[in-house]
Amino acid sequence: MSDHHHKETFITKYVFSTDHKMISKQYLVTGIFMGIIGVFMSMLFRLQIAWPDTSFSIIEAFLGRHQDGGVMSPDIYLALVTIHGTIMVFFVLTAGLSGTFSNLLIPLQIGARDMASGFLNMVSYWLFFLSSVVMVISLFVEAGPASAGWTIYPPLSALPQAIPGSGMGMTLWLISMAIFIASSLMGALNYIVTVLNLRTVGMTMTRLPLTIWAFFVTAIIGVVSFPVLLSAALLLIFDRSFGTSFFLSDIFIQGEVLHYQGGSPVLFEHLFWFLGHPEVYIVILPAMGIVSEIMACNSRKPIFGYRAMIGSIIAIAFLSTIVWGHHMFVSGMNPFLGSVFTFTTLLIAIPSAVKAFNWITTLWKGNLQMNPAMLFSIGFVSTFISGGLTGLVLGDSALDINVHDTYFVVAHFHLVMGVSAIYGMFAGVYHWFPKMYGRMMNKVLGYWHFWITVIAAYGVFFPMHFVGLAGLPRRYYANTAFPLFDDVADVNIVITLFAILGGAAQLIFLTNFFISIYKGKKAEQNPWKANTLEWTTPVEHIHGNWPGEIPAVHRWPYDYSKPGHEEDYVSQITPLKEGEEES
Amino acid sequence: MTALFYILLAIVIGIAIWQIISIFNLKGAIATEKDNNTQGILFAVFGVFFYGLMIFSFWKYSVILLPESASFEGARIDNLYMVTMVLILFVQAITQFLLFYFAFKYRGVKGRKALFYADSHKLEMIWTIVPAVVLAGLVLYGLSVWNDVMDASDAENPLIVEVYAKQFQWEARYAGTDNELGRANVRNIRGINTMGVDMTDKNSLDDIPTRELRLPKGRQVIFKFRSQDVLHSAYMPHFRAQMNCVPGMVTQFSFTPNMTTEEMRANEKTMAKVEGINKIRAEKGEDPYEFDYLLLCNKICGSSHYNMQMKIIVQEEADFNNWLSTQKTIAEVVQE
Repeated sequence: MSDHHHKETFITKYVFSTDHKMISKQYLVTGIFMGIIGVFMSMLFRLQIAWPDTSFSIIEAFLGRHQDGGVMSPDIYLALVTIHGTIMVFFVLTAGLSGTFSNLLIPLQIGARDMASGFLNMVSYWLFFLSSVVMVISLFVEAGPASAGWTIYPPLSALPQAIPGSGMGMTLWLISMAIFIASSLMGALNYIVTVLNLRTVGMTMTRLPLTIWAFFVTAIIGVVSFPVLLSAALLLIFDRSFGTSFFLSDIFIQGEVLHYQGGSPVLFEHLFWFLGHPEVYIVILPAMGIVSEIMACNSRKPIFGYRAMIGSIIAIAFLSTIVWGHHMFVSGMNPFLGSVFTFTTLLIAIPSAVKAFNWITTLWKGNLQMNPAMLFSIGFVSTFISGGLTGLVLGDSALDINVHDTYFVVAHFHLVMGVSAIYGMFAGVYHWFPKMYGRMMNKVLGYWHFWITVIAAYGVFFPMHFVGLAGLPRRYYANTAFPLFDDVADVNIVITLFAILGGAAQLIFLTNFFISIYKGKKAEQNPWKANTLEWTTPVEHIHGNWPGEIPAVHRWPYDYSKPGHEEDYVSQITPLKEGEEES
Repeated sequence: MTALFYILLAIVIGIAIWQIISIFNLKGAIATEKDNNTQGILFAVFGVFFYGLMIFSFWKYSVILLPESASFEGARIDNLYMVTMVLILFVQAITQFLLFYFAFKYRGVKGRKALFYADSHKLEMIWTIVPAVVLAGLVLYGLSVWNDVMDASDAENPLIVEVYAKQFQWEARYAGTDNELGRANVRNIRGINTMGVDMTDKNSLDDIPTRELRLPKGRQVIFKFRSQDVLHSAYMPHFRAQMNCVPGMVTQFSFTPNMTTEEMRANEKTMAKVEGINKIRAEKGEDPYEFDYLLLCNKICGSSHYNMQMKIIVQEEADFNNWLSTQKTIAEVVQE
């Protein structure tokens, strides 16, 4: 394999690398950088929500012309929540989570030298980088960044007269997202082809770790749904710039009638949510895969119900494409459609329940190794259940009427997909850091990071349900215009304090992450005593992953504590003993 | 200058953390038996904190919740909500307990081997079928409420009201003596005719435009929603009512108010909530607040989205009719 030892320059190794391991690190670091921006924005607008009309020098320092004496303007408030949502959902939890771990683990865990197309993989990352740059640039345009909410419903997003952020800021948002979607599709196609074609000898589909199943199915959902968002974005660009009327009709604004006739904003909502809902599963499925793998490894027990876990991933993925209308119960669409979407939405609770019970059963009678990755995995199951259960309220059309677009929704989706997916991402980073950087992260800092984060996250989002049930709409710059909500102010202060605590706790993670890259303890080849193939590769990264032949696989990945073996783990490359049955 | 200050502060914090790290000497990376023990116990402690937070929140924050529904339809929604909530809390209590308890109970011990337990079709059948059955019941119950609330076709002598949204205020139009709204389009907006009512339509002439929303108790109201610029959402939380207002189309929602504003002010839960609010307002030196029903905008619509509201007054039907008869029709308004 002499071609794996050709000379590499700085540029081909660190910048335009086609090696999936390097690309994975590029995704991770870019995702973390975007995450810092996204979380910092949430700190700023939480200050405004808790203490409206109060001057903060931090707001004065960072918001420039969008603030007055340390108090942010209503427009920039809306811009902050918009960009916070966009960055966290797409740039952190889609690219940062799925991009990082699909790239790292797919070749390593299926036994492949690299992705099917290393070049496409590189282009995918650099398009993601470009879209991040465009999104960040949009923060600095004269009239402010996009501010119509991350769902960018027209006409608000189409008309600069309606809100200043719908000028250049929105244009850049749309360009950035179009590039992002191209990047995401290239990545997804690569993942699908790689999983289907490049598995090593013996690696049947039912011997794949659940991480790979999750990434594989996620990629399929992405390919099915992202193009629809691209078409929605393109049609919106047409409406904005070329005078078409796909989404606009009968508009009178600032004293004049606009020419638009015959379009419908509801059409945009359908197109948006046809991606938008699968998107939350694009975010959560990889986290589920990661958690399943880490839980089994650290419980020293097989994942409970492996085949049911695969089945529920597929069921969730299928259902995720036919539930988008539950975001639109009160959009004005036919109430009969609402009935259909209620039915399909509540069906998702069944495979989700199966997964939750299977995780809990995996812990039962285990020998739990409390590494930071394991803590975050347990945290994931907790927030996924807490957040998922309130989905029974929101997915039920009749109940959604009263809580739609209130803080109840904000609490629900932050717990079930935001916090849960972030926990999955943290778990993944702690667990595969040795594979990525050849060093270990510090566990004590990991413990502090986990416990402060988990307390802060529940401190933020548990009381928030009550704010929603009090009837307070989301995306309100202040609720001072309503004496009715005066008693919510105290709760909002509590929430903001926990939010600041949670944000500060991430500094522990950042410190741990960046220092461990250079100063962390050197990793052993298989530090967690795991069964999967990535731990059979050398610690030092080499092109092609394995120095010699790619090992053949003889068993499924979850033979932990299997009777008849001395150790409590059996690598997938260990042949079956005589008379041993495969599980 | 302040930005520099914050950057410096961040650097200082960074250095501090760096120092903390050097104390750990970067040795510990893999959990030892001692770590397993500590972290397992912490999960038990966290479980207690978790239930404490839930109980505390319910105890402390129940008073800020909306009072009981002021419409017949809303009462059905509230029942469904209660049933769903009991179910949710039951499942939440059990699953979170198991999760934290197992994390505590099975914390790793050196030399112990975990139970090799990969599958049990019986268990999996149980937790597929039980949720499926429970959800089937919930779906059927939910859909019957939904169909009831959304279907206004069997309403007897309903009051037809148009609610009209624009950046950043609400207007209303009553259908008048013929109880039929005249045609309208934004292209007809001229001067005083702010809702773009088509004055050539004979149904329009007796329509009554108003800047406040009054509703009769006990009579079903069918709302027709329009918007002139961007999406808005007409949210009337006390009636458990919400519908988006979409430019270019007319949307609909209906409910039957069953409590006048006066009756709601005398409601026990409302009084407790208002008392709490007024305590806070008194501390800030603000005037006391008196309860009123509200229509708020609940779809992001621009800078002043957070202050787009209209008061709703529910009266006995006779008082309502008296009030309506004193309002000018649009024909009279436009002529002036």
